[in-house]
Amino acid sequence: MDWYMILKAFIVGGALCIIAQILIDKTKLTPARILVAYVTIGAILGGLGWYKHLVDFAGCGATVPLTGFGNLLAKGAVSEVQSSGLVGAFTGGIKAASGGIAAAIFFGYIASLISKPKIKKQ
Amino acid sequence: MKKVGNQSYMLENPVNIAATASIVGPKEKGGPLHQFFDQCLEDEFWGEKSWESAESKIVKETVNMAISKSGIAARDFDFCFAGDLLNQCIASSFGLRETNIPFIGLFGACSTFVESMLVASSFIDGGFATNCVCAASSHFCSAEKQFRFPLELGNQRPQSSQWTVTGSGSAILTKDGTGPFITSFTPGKIVDMGIKDANNMGAAMAGAAEDTLIRHFKDTGRNPSYYDAIFTGDLGHIGKDILIDLASSKGYNIKSNYNDCGVLIFDKDKQDTHSGGSGCGCIATVFSGYIYKMLQEKQYKKVLLMATGALMNSTSSQQGESIPGIAHAISIEL
Amino acid sequence: MKPIQSKEEYQAYVDDKTPNSPILKNCFNAFLVGGLICSIGQIIFEICKTRGVDESTSYTIVSMILVFCSAFLTSLNIFNKIGKFAGAGSLIPITGFANSIVSPAMEYKSEGYVMGVGAKMFTVAGPVLVYGISTSILVGIIYIIFNTQSLILV
Repeated sequence: MDWYMILKAFIVGGALCIIAQILIDKTKLTPARILVAYVTIGAILGGLGWYKHLVDFAGCGATVPLTGFGNLLAKGAVSEVQSSGLVGAFTGGIKAASGGIAAAIFFGYIASLISKPKIKKQ
Repeated sequence: MKKVGNQSYMLENPVNIAATASIVGPKEKGGPLHQFFDQCLEDEFWGEKSWESAESKIVKETVNMAISKSGIAARDFDFCFAGDLLNQCIASSFGLRETNIPFIGLFGACSTFVESMLVASSFIDGGFATNCVCAASSHFCSAEKQFRFPLELGNQRPQSSQWTVTGSGSAILTKDGTGPFITSFTPGKIVDMGIKDANNMGAAMAGAAEDTLIRHFKDTGRNPSYYDAIFTGDLGHIGKDILIDLASSKGYNIKSNYNDCGVLIFDKDKQDTHSGGSGCGCIATVFSGYIYKMLQEKQYKKVLLMATGALMNSTSSQQGESIPGIAHAISIEL
Repeated sequence: MKPIQSKEEYQAYVDDKTPNSPILKNCFNAFLVGGLICSIGQIIFEICKTRGVDESTSYTIVSMILVFCSAFLTSLNIFNKIGKFAGAGSLIPITGFANSIVSPAMEYKSEGYVMGVGAKMFTVAGPVLVYGISTSILVGIIYIIFNTQSLILV
């Protein structure tokens, strides 16, 4: 196991979260807007080919935060464009990110079947 | 009923508050006023399938309890004035659909409880009614669902946010009785201080509270020391401090005898409720539970009860509108 | 205190009265939890790699496992407590995305499985998909414009 890589994932992932936390606390941005900003910025950086360097450096520290989700969408679109042209711009993004999206929808549905919301006890 | 000053009214025949009842949720049970409430629930659903129907059940049971405490038969009531925070006030209308009392639904956001007492006392003083039921309710979960986020969403609440009270309070107002009596009231004007942050309701409503409070003093010629206690509905810790400042800037010192129901109902440090309680149920339960018992025990002889409301919905705040506030005041004396 | 004359003056006064969020503590918690989630992801990735799974499939497996864990913790009514502690630390990783889909699904169950669970599932996460997917399509189109040699119109 590559412990150095795990440490880098910790630091980069944590740092991305700190930036978002500062945005939440210092500006009036709601969490939904911050998620949108992160995914959009990730897709733009991914499209420019810059986000790849962060992924090479920190692995899951770069792919697990939502910027990584945006990067995955953009990267998928670009590589699909290379293989199948304009249609690829539309199919590539979701195809690359389908695992996470499908899992979230499916597990979300299952969770709603088996569980009920409860009040925050705190 | 006689109009005094710009917008205050003195009742010629003071209206009697014959009985009150209150039912609250488990969070309120853990708060400092728990022994004053008639019933504390163990869970927010109370055996119902949804929070909305749980809130309706709370309204229904609270009103039934208040009616039975008053000893007046349900058929002898002329009006029921009630309201809540849910869209189209369904908690009240669904909860009270089996009461068989003529129903007037009211909406004044969190000021609804005092609004209902104000309307009922003018009906009674004007001779249009003999016995009236007043009620208001709110539910933390249904309010979060409608105004904010799903309960299970892992978000942080800002320091200025308030915790919607789960509960309902009801008061029975009658023409004759031995008191406490509603002797005068000052309906409030809509005041917009330009606050847009839906997580800082106390600041949005404090301006309206100041306006009504000072109007009441000017119209009636009273000053803050006339009252043993002045209560606002749900300004919370931040709004309470602001109101004290605003009032003192106009030359009224209310620091010694003023408190806020949202401050009283929760223990800020232990219960992590940030700026305090809010919702129609806040002043409704604190009045029906705590303040009414204090009046009965003659701890207080003259009380000014002022409910505050933030007149907004989730659409208006998404559209970037500011939050207009309102405050209605009634004075209750032995 | 002097009487307040304008809305701007009132807003400034209110900002002064409103307590600030404990930003240092929040950032520390966000760093801790966010870093932890990412390093758990990295551990899963390393395990996949030693078993000979290729890189992009490994990243997908990491996402799916983290999404599952988030959905599971949400259904146990635990995720909101983590979120309250961690703030952006649990929001920004894909766990936050999963939570934002699972929590409205559970919340709107009372409105039925089609118009409740099915329709309301995306009330919070919808914008993320809309903006993420739209940006990726634009990126693809721009790529075509700037790399004409790769243009293979169907």
